[in-house]
Parts: sequence; structure tokens; C-alpha cells
Amino acid sequence: MKDTRLLAVWCPDWPVVAACTATGTSQHVPVAVLDGNEIVSTSAVARAEGIRRAMRKRLAESMCPELVTFEHDPQRDARFFEPVAAAVEELAPGIEVVQPGLVAVPARGPVGYFSSAEQAAERIVDHIAARTGTEAQVGMADSLFAATKAAHRNVIVPPNRTAEFLRPLGVHELDAPELVDLLRRLGLKTLGAFADVPENAVASRFGGPATRQHRLARGLPERPLDKRRPAPELAVTETFDEPVERIDSAAFAAKILSERLHEHLANRGLACTRLGIHARTEHDEELHRVWRAAEPLTPRGIADRVRWQLDGWLTRERLTSGIRTLTLEPVEVVNGTALQLGLWGHDDERAVRALLHVQGLLGPDGVLMPVLDGGRGPKEQVRLVPWGDERVPVHNPDHPWPGRLTRAPATLADDPAELKDANGDEVGVTGRLELTTRPKSIVVKGKAQEVTAWAGPWPVDERWWAPDPHRAARVQVQTRDEAFLLIRRDQRWFLEGVYD
Amino acid sequence: MSRSATASLAALGVNPASELTSTTTDHATGRVLPVRGELAGLLPWGGLRRGSTVSVGGSTSLLLALLAGATADGCWAAVVGLPQVGVLAAAELGVSVQRLVLVPRPGADPGPVIAALLDGIDLVAVACPLPPSLARRLTARARQRRAVLIAFGAWPSPDVVLTAESVHWNPLYDGAETLRRQQISVRSGGRGEAGKPKHVVLTFGEEEIELPLVAGDPPASDEPADAGPDRVDELASRRATTRGRPA
Repeated sequence: MKDTRLLAVWCPDWPVVAACTATGTSQHVPVAVLDGNEIVSTSAVARAEGIRRAMRKRLAESMCPELVTFEHDPQRDARFFEPVAAAVEELAPGIEVVQPGLVAVPARGPVGYFSSAEQAAERIVDHIAARTGTEAQVGMADSLFAATKAAHRNVIVPPNRTAEFLRPLGVHELDAPELVDLLRRLGLKTLGAFADVPENAVASRFGGPATRQHRLARGLPERPLDKRRPAPELAVTETFDEPVERIDSAAFAAKILSERLHEHLANRGLACTRLGIHARTEHDEELHRVWRAAEPLTPRGIADRVRWQLDGWLTRERLTSGIRTLTLEPVEVVNGTALQLGLWGHDDERAVRALLHVQGLLGPDGVLMPVLDGGRGPKEQVRLVPWGDERVPVHNPDHPWPGRLTRAPATLADDPAELKDANGDEVGVTGRLELTTRPKSIVVKGKAQEVTAWAGPWPVDERWWAPDPHRAARVQVQTRDEAFLLIRRDQRWFLEGVYD
Repeated sequence: MSRSATASLAALGVNPASELTSTTTDHATGRVLPVRGELAGLLPWGGLRRGSTVSVGGSTSLLLALLAGATADGCWAAVVGLPQVGVLAAAELGVSVQRLVLVPRPGADPGPVIAALLDGIDLVAVACPLPPSLARRLTARARQRRAVLIAFGAWPSPDVVLTAESVHWNPLYDGAETLRRQQISVRSGGRGEAGKPKHVVLTFGEEEIELPLVAGDPPASDEPADAGPDRVDELASRRATTRGRPA
């Protein structure tokens, strides 16, 4: 468990701090940040006046007429957070931004360097204050969820005591309002009470997403540990003809590249939970930041983080030139049946549940998903993998595959067939890839039909010209009412598909 | 261009809102899944109405083509009991195979399997023969779960029956051509609104994939024909980027 120990740095009321910094507002007046009509963040002074999160704007203003309000702007939050993240990084390499206002870093590095957890925390808080004038709190625990809660309370949870730390906290600490409401009605008021419910009972009683919250409540990492690093070719890179210097063009670049990355991953049945963003400027300055997400990132989630990061770099860092190359690298990806629910979007959740149910009835191999693959024949080009497995093409489908047919049969088959000429002799294929005679009749599925026309033969592999008796070839055969795909292997004809 | 790009270019018939409102109250409150433009004319609601049962016969291509519009629009489809289905042909007909699930062998008791699929999958195509009593129960399940049940073969009292009377391909001139263009002659019938028999020759092939499909006006009513406005924008922009990327 030591490896999962995390240090979280949290800046309280970050949306308020960012709004005040951006506008030069004093933090000693009551300030609130609103999302529409609802308060999402308040300053300490406002809280002293009784202003709370989720309060309506009108009520808050009637309670505190001098309340200064700002509209919520995640981009502003991110832009002003970049210097804070950079300050943490100076002491603790390998940081990951969880959201503006919250940074996580493996605790091992800084704790080892500063000899004790308390000293590390103190040094980080001081350094952030010195560099950016921002107030921060540090927490440590064995999971990100617990480390965040620890940071809210400015405590360091000793190793292997995370579950104990979480037990007395209220279930409202889980970011899942519906579940929290349900748990309260059931009388499960603390994380400890929820953690004591057996895991399989949670899955059947509250549904799949609740099992993740249950893991959090027990102090386990969000996801089972998966050391597998995503293949480097999953990264996407864009080089800009015009170096990106303005925020609007950065936003556009972020959107395009994010969609590419998401499509790339989705085609393989993967989703990204940690996103590496690398940029290189025209003068070869290298910038790098990792964003960590509790949930697998949607295309919009990826685009937001890329846009925020670019904004932070372009406005806060003193770059000498525009960004020339941008690379998005999935640092951590998730897949597998247990994570399918989070992997697909909300709209797909019903489908995922249904498929898991059917897998429960038939076994994992009972539910298959196709992967389009490189190859020539209609069967080679489709690989069926059990639902939930990684869907990666083995061969590149976009490579040229000479001998690939223009159309695939809607029905596949693998039955012996006969193809005969006018004399009733079997039609063969020569070493020069020609039919030996004109086909006149075909027998498939026990039925003889007159051949009206044919096409081919096409080679089945590159080795056609080699003196190999096992070479194979395909022909399309038309009769009055039907069309067939035949393959010749080992000097015999087989029906490979029906064009119905 | 990659195959997936070709597939996503294909076949996105969006139903005009008028098609929804002009039918009975029952239809107006239901949602209709989009189909390839050519197929819209064959179906009484201009698409596949959620909760309905459609029986398809005579052509696997016709069955697969029915799945194209909805899967390309973000819906899920399952094909049950058809181990020999040609997935590549499905992709060529415009089916988004990343949302296509196959249950080739539903086992000795397929009822619970199909029922479970109807609970969460938008389109469930069933190709295994079932006793009529079970078939009727599944029809009711589909109606209740607002899924579309597509029976490949005979089915007791479906809402719509589509029968492929013939499947013809462009003639091959003894080695000088290859199969490219498919013409399926389809007769439609069914109950109620679908009862008026129609006859349409569908053409599927390379040229058609590039053809403009039934575009229709954006749904004017508060009952969109598909997943919802946000979703449509997202899909449209994703499609646009797919198209713009060099092959």
C-alpha cells in the first residue's frame, strides 16, 4: 500500500481566490462565486455572515447586502492556479493537477527529501505562500479521496490508518448526491457505516457506480491498481503551422486534439484517467503537466483540461514564443468489465448494465464486440472479443491490402462447395491466378445453380507466386438470384459467404 | 480514408418532426430512432419507433442496414442468434460497429438473455426461432422498455413486416467487374399505420454512401427524434473532425 500514499495540496475557496486575484478584490470583504443562481464558493468573511454553498443568490444578498459576487469561470480558476501548481512542483516533482485548487503528488518523494511528513507539508505551504501569496493546506493518506479530505482538515493520516480516519466522516463527503441521500434515508450516516456494508450487497442494492464510492469510503484507491502503462502510440500530437499564442486559437487546438485522443482510446475500449499535456514552444521550451481525474475523462473533460492548461501557460508563464507542438498522452487508462460503467458516458450506462447482465447469464464469451482489423478476407478483417476486453486491431486496417474485396458478404459461411464448367469438371485456379475454365454451375448448401457470371480470382496472401500448394484464392460467383463468395484452399472450393 | 470514417459518413436519416406529430398521439409521445434515408420511406414513422417490433425477412443486408442510422447516432444494437453475421458488411452498410454487440449463441433458454438485452440496448435483433408465447412476451417487454425489437424471420403480430423479395447485385462480366452495388426489392406491411403496403427498391453501394441522405428539418417539437440536442452537436462535430483528418 505504500506506493499509493499521496500528498494532497488544497487551496481553500479557490474559485473565490482566483476571482479576487483576477479583479484585484480584497479577500477581506464578503465574496461569493455563483454558478447561475447558486453559490458554489464563498470567502471566509462571507461564511461568517452565514453565506453557504448551494444557497440561492437572492437569499445570500438579502442576508449580506454588501456581498460581492462573481460568475463561476473554470478557466479563470485554472489560469491562476498554474503558478501554484508550478510552485508545488519545485519541491515535489511528479505532481498531478486534480482540479484547479487541488494538486496530488506521490508522498514518497517530498517526505523522503524533507525527512518527515510534517516538515514536507510545512515547507510546501511556505513555498506556495512565498511564491504566489496563496494560502494552502496539505493532507496525506493512502488514497486520493482520503488525502483530499485530510487536506481539507490539514492533517497527516499515518500509513495504514486511512480507513480509520475516514470512518467518522459523514457520507456527504462522497461526491454523489443521490447516493448520499439514499444512504442517509437508510440510516447510514458515516463513511464507516457505509464501508461496513459488504461489497456485493452494495453492488446489487445500489448499482455499479456505488461500488466505486464504497471503495472510497473504505480508504481504497479509486481503482484497482493497474501497473500497465498505456502504449506510447496512444498519444496524439499536433504541430501547428502558426505557433499558438492566443487563448482562442489554443482553445480550438485543444478541442480538435482532445477529440482525436478520445476517439483513439474509445476505439480500443479505453478511457483516460490521467492525462499528460506536453507543449513545446518555437524556442524549444518544454512544458509538461499531468491532470488526474477521478472519473474517466469524456472528450469535453479532456478538452477543458487542455484548454485550461494552455491558458495557464500562455498567460502566466513567461514564454518567449508561441506553442509549436502539442502532445496529449494518456498516462493512465482504464478498461475492463468492472470499469465499463464509468468508461462509457451516462447515456451508455443502461447498455453496459444490460451487457453485464447477459455476461452473467452466458459467461464473458457469450457477449462479443467486433473490432475491425487489417486483412483481406471478410473474416480476417473482423475480430470478435468478449465485451469488456480491450479492443485493439492487430493489423492496421488502413494499410493497403491488395486482394481486399470491394464488398463483404452479409452472411459468412464455411461449407464445402463445388464450381464446375460446362462439362461438369471442377474449375481450378492456375499459378498465374486465372480460372482454368469458365464456371457454369455452382453447388452450395446442397443446391445446384447455374452460374451467370463471376469475378476474380483474388489472391488470399502475398505468397501466391511462391511454389506453395497451399495457396488460396477467392472468387465472387453470381447466379440468377444470388451471389456467393467462394474460396479455393488445398485444391478445393469452400463457400465463404453469401451476399444476401 | 479509413473504414470507420466511411462508415460514419454513411447513412444518417433524421426524421422530420412532421413525421412524428402527424401520426397518432401514441406515436407523438414516443421517440423514433433514425434509419438510413432510403429506409425511412418504408417505415410508418420514418424511423424505428421505440417499443415497436419489426419483422425482417429475406436479406441479412436489409437487417444490417436497419441498424445503421441508429448506431451511427449513438444507439446500441445487439444481434442475437446469428453467429454467421458479416460484421464487415454491417460496417459497409453504415453500422457503427463500436456500438454493435453480438450474442451468437443465446443458449438453450434464450428468453432471459433477450429480455436482459431489451432492458438496456436500443435495438435488439433476434435471429433464433422462439416459441410464439415467448415471442409475444418479448414483444411486450420491448414495448415496456422502449427498445426496438427486430425479428429476423417470422414473428407473431409485429408492428411492421419488411420482406426482401429479391437481392440483386450489379452484373459481373466474367472477371471484369466486382460486386459493388446491391439492389434489394422490399415490400412492407404491418398493423395500423404500417398496414398500407409499400414497395421500394433499395440501392446500397459505394455511390450511395456519398449521397445526401434524408436531411429533414431539425425537430421543432420538444420531442427530438434522437438522443438530445447536446448529443447531436457533439456527434456532428466529431464527424466533422473525422472527415477533415487526412487519411
